[in-house]
Amino acid sequence: MPDVAAAPAPALDVERIRRDFPILARMVRQHRLVYLDNAATTQKPRPVLDALARYYSDGNANIHRGVYTLSEEATAAYDAARVKVQRFVNARASREIIFTRNSTEAINLVAQSFGRRQVGPGDEIVITHMEHHSNIVPWQLLCEQVGAQLRVAPIDDSGTLQLDELERLIGPRTKLVSVVHLSNSLGTINPVREIVRMAKRRDVPVLIDGSQAVYHMPVDVQTLGCDFYAFTGHKLYGPTGIGVLYGREEWLERMPPYQGGGDMIRSVTFEKTTYADLPHKFEAGTPHIAGVVGLGAAVDYLQEVGFEAIAPHEADLLAYGTAALSDVKGLRLIGTAERKASILAFVMKGAHPHDVGTIVDTEGVAVRTGHHCTQPIMDRFGVPATARASVAMYNTREEIDALVRALERVREMFPV
Amino acid sequence: MSELRDLYQEVILDHNRRPHNFGELDGADRHADGYNPLCGDRLAVYVNLDGDRISEVSFLGSGCAISKASASLMTDAVKGRTLGEARGLFEEFLALVTDEAAVLDEASLGKLAVFAGVRDYPTRVKCASLAWHTLRAAVEDRHEVVSTE
Repeated sequence: MPDVAAAPAPALDVERIRRDFPILARMVRQHRLVYLDNAATTQKPRPVLDALARYYSDGNANIHRGVYTLSEEATAAYDAARVKVQRFVNARASREIIFTRNSTEAINLVAQSFGRRQVGPGDEIVITHMEHHSNIVPWQLLCEQVGAQLRVAPIDDSGTLQLDELERLIGPRTKLVSVVHLSNSLGTINPVREIVRMAKRRDVPVLIDGSQAVYHMPVDVQTLGCDFYAFTGHKLYGPTGIGVLYGREEWLERMPPYQGGGDMIRSVTFEKTTYADLPHKFEAGTPHIAGVVGLGAAVDYLQEVGFEAIAPHEADLLAYGTAALSDVKGLRLIGTAERKASILAFVMKGAHPHDVGTIVDTEGVAVRTGHHCTQPIMDRFGVPATARASVAMYNTREEIDALVRALERVREMFPV
Repeated sequence: MSELRDLYQEVILDHNRRPHNFGELDGADRHADGYNPLCGDRLAVYVNLDGDRISEVSFLGSGCAISKASASLMTDAVKGRTLGEARGLFEEFLALVTDEAAVLDEASLGKLAVFAGVRDYPTRVKCASLAWHTLRAAVEDRHEVVSTE
């Protein structure tokens, strides 16, 4: 095994953490599940599962405007979760937290509501080469609608953003910079604080796609100084179908509603409708109440464990995994930036990533294979796809070893 | 490992390493492009027709072992066949890789029977069938890129 024994012993009690995640005891194809597809979605701890079950079995009612006990309780739980999320990212006020279905919907909300109002013909949106499709396509749609241009900042061969190039792209026509915090297919951590500073010098607002970042590192939107921060619940140990858009109040106030319907209005007549205050203006229709409650429980859980324990443990796994995978014959890591978290993406000589995925699955190891919704990155590195292992707080060095053993099976079948 | 060997049979690994009829067919009568967005597999199938008969067929592209071997074995299987026979073979092949209850005529499938293991890996059915879908598009003279999605 690789020699990274010098790394400090993780303070995280991983065995205790693992007991909180019932799925980790599951068997897959006669092997104990080794779940290394956390960048796609994380598993759910008992407190989140319990919160969901409790909500439906004991507290289910539609929120707002109910005068009966159950509805009041559901409304209180919903509002309380918003405050938890506000504190989690240190937003100034809970009305700056908008619940969406996922990060994708959060970004689309900004593209359509902010974008349709603020971006016009000849204007520019700046993104980077390492964006997920969810931070590319909404801007392409907007650009088509309003006649704007998408500008793309390049990355180097390690998967590091070329910051000087990004700065050069921010010009008088730039209306928004939208960048990923932590790349889902490379693991690169972008210097988002510096990017925000860069953009602010030209009075350009910044959206950060934090889908991958929020469960690996503490995020403080006030320190970052960003205008929008999008993330999703199911990657931070919460339920699927619930996401978050943090938006600076000054922007949210000026932005028109994204969708119309119930709950987002103050009064409706056929002649004139006035909209509700923040955050309700952006939450049309019955929301995913259970999802919000579950997300609140996930945030509680994450904060209880604490990033000060999680981050060193995950850094150790990344270093250990990087060394271990580098020893596999014919394996090439894709994404070797200096500042990285969680992600170990790779290709193997003579074995297509899809075959790698199937073979390691027969050993109970779950990794993702494909383009990871980042086709421009695949093109940039000249590969059709990669295999990607991604670690979370409950993973162990033994699980990395299991991955390496499974990759040896790949080598046996596809010798080089 | 034995379970895995059911999927990755030696014949499949061989055809992956040394695919048959690999390359572009110069001045082909028909050709079509196939794409599997799930894994990024891309391949082109080229066909020369002699009346109703496939006189020559080849493929070009990159992909996983299953899709490459499937394309290779497909070209072997359909060369010299009529379009009707090729269509019948495609149907049998699809039944082989998707339908557990299918009653299969092993004799008519020939070497294609090595793909029976795909059945246990539903996500890989698209890999195995991409070449066939692309062949069908080629002989039907359809020019849009065939997608397995």
